[in-house]
Amino acid sequence: MSVVPQLTGHGLDADLESAPTIIEARGVNIYYGDFLAFRDANLKVPEHKITALIGPSGSGKSTLLRSFNRMNDLVPAARVEGQILFRGENLYDQGIDPVAVRRTIGMVFQKPNPFPKSIYDNVAWGAKINGYKGNMDELVERSLRSAALWDEVKDKLKSSGLSLSGGQQQRLCIARCIAVQPEVILMDEPCSALDPIATLRIEDLMRELSENYTIMIVTHNMQQAARVSDLTAFMTMGEGRAGELVEVGPTRELFTSPKDPRTEDYITGRVG
Amino acid sequence: MRSATIRVDDAQLRRRKLLGTVMLGVFVAATLSALGVLAILVGDTIRDGAGWLDWNFIQDLPSRRPDRAGIWPALVGTIWIMILTAAFTFPVGVGAAIYLEEFGGRGRLSRIIEINISNLAGVPSIVYGLLGLAVFVELAGMGPSVLAGALTMTLLVLPVVIIASREAIRAVPDSLRQASLGLGATRLQTVWSHVLPAAMPGILTGTILALSRAIGETAPLIVVGAATYITFTPDGPGDRFTVLPMQIFDWISRPQADFHAIAAAGIIVLLILLLTMNLAAIMLRNYFRKNQNW
Repeated sequence: MSVVPQLTGHGLDADLESAPTIIEARGVNIYYGDFLAFRDANLKVPEHKITALIGPSGSGKSTLLRSFNRMNDLVPAARVEGQILFRGENLYDQGIDPVAVRRTIGMVFQKPNPFPKSIYDNVAWGAKINGYKGNMDELVERSLRSAALWDEVKDKLKSSGLSLSGGQQQRLCIARCIAVQPEVILMDEPCSALDPIATLRIEDLMRELSENYTIMIVTHNMQQAARVSDLTAFMTMGEGRAGELVEVGPTRELFTSPKDPRTEDYITGRVG
Repeated sequence: MRSATIRVDDAQLRRRKLLGTVMLGVFVAATLSALGVLAILVGDTIRDGAGWLDWNFIQDLPSRRPDRAGIWPALVGTIWIMILTAAFTFPVGVGAAIYLEEFGGRGRLSRIIEINISNLAGVPSIVYGLLGLAVFVELAGMGPSVLAGALTMTLLVLPVVIIASREAIRAVPDSLRQASLGLGATRLQTVWSHVLPAAMPGILTGTILALSRAIGETAPLIVVGAATYITFTPDGPGDRFTVLPMQIFDWISRPQADFHAIAAAGIIVLLILLLTMNLAAIMLRNYFRKNQNW
């Protein structure tokens, strides 16, 4: 097997450098009680690009991702130190409401989790509770089109979201997320429960969505990171089982000429 | 050669299979004995009482003459108590369960509350009767009314309803909450739109089963002062009342054999009411589950 995953040639480095930073982590430590789960994360996420977080199990990929829209707040005893700046504003400041954060920074989960409601209501609900006043039918159609699901479901919008296949359910979850009109979409291993064909559809969709949204994706599939992302952050489990960022760089660069030997060991398959 | 080793007469295997057969027999016997006792009880009751059970028996007031005695006031009283108890128990019980599961956290206070609710579920019903007598009948001045009875019953079933509702809420997968919160929903929106509908089958089943337990309770209502012999039906929450088990008890304690027979007829009415409620629980559960599978 080829050592270096195939690269498809998007994400030109110059383009990447000119993109403005939308989210920046500065000295972020994440604790679960006394346990330090992630140490000193520093990361600049470029706008309208796809940033992949890769690394072995236990390296804190999901933990770090979830700190970007304060989903970790839901875990009792979870605590974040340092700053996560969204357009220069610290998401962990006193006056910031996590509910408002999650409206701006949406999330797609590992296992597709549509609501046990109709396809239409799945998409409409989030917009409705966030006070969307426009034409709901139009928003639902636009969101489903953006998620490349419209043609498959347009004749059965009233049937349950759970009646769809796994890949369709995941695209429904993406449509549901888009309908709230976030700026950033966090994806936590969105394809790990899907077959290869459904996975490729989601990857294509991510490329399309990156025109209008900033995407961060956690994946344990290096080929996926290589295929889809512009920027890759490699992390590993460091001292005291705490996750730490090893290397961040343009995807092409990180996969072809990694600077850190630990990155090289991981992407060539020697560890992890 | 290999097939020979499979066919070989294996004493150890035969012993294991014999043990399996014996245990299966024990389990079937255990099931049948429970069903058998129930069948004998129900059969005996029906034989004694079915002859007395007619429309007049349902509609008539109690009487000193067995052939004219009816169960109407007790049936109306039971239905009154049930409806009021359900109306009090459901919002309070579900509200408490939502608080404890979704908002209460996992601190020391929650644990103390949790243990005490479990303890309350095990308190003998007569103790609730005494509490109802002291608080509702005397202190609040309600007298031995439908309202005092229903509030006492509410105290009795509330712990069970809270525990059942908590179990149902806890069984809702976290992925559903995360999906909702991830869209920028508040905790309350999440609970109201997703957690409660998903937990509703379990909550309703638990509530109805708790109520059908309360329907057969006599002790607390005796203490609260429910009448054993009234010749009118309660028209409102402030009226005096009696309930089916008390009427049945009154008839059984009389010397005439005919009264024992109409007591059996009363038991049949009570059983039909209970079975109807359990049936309603099953139907409601199926209705709410139609659209859910995770």
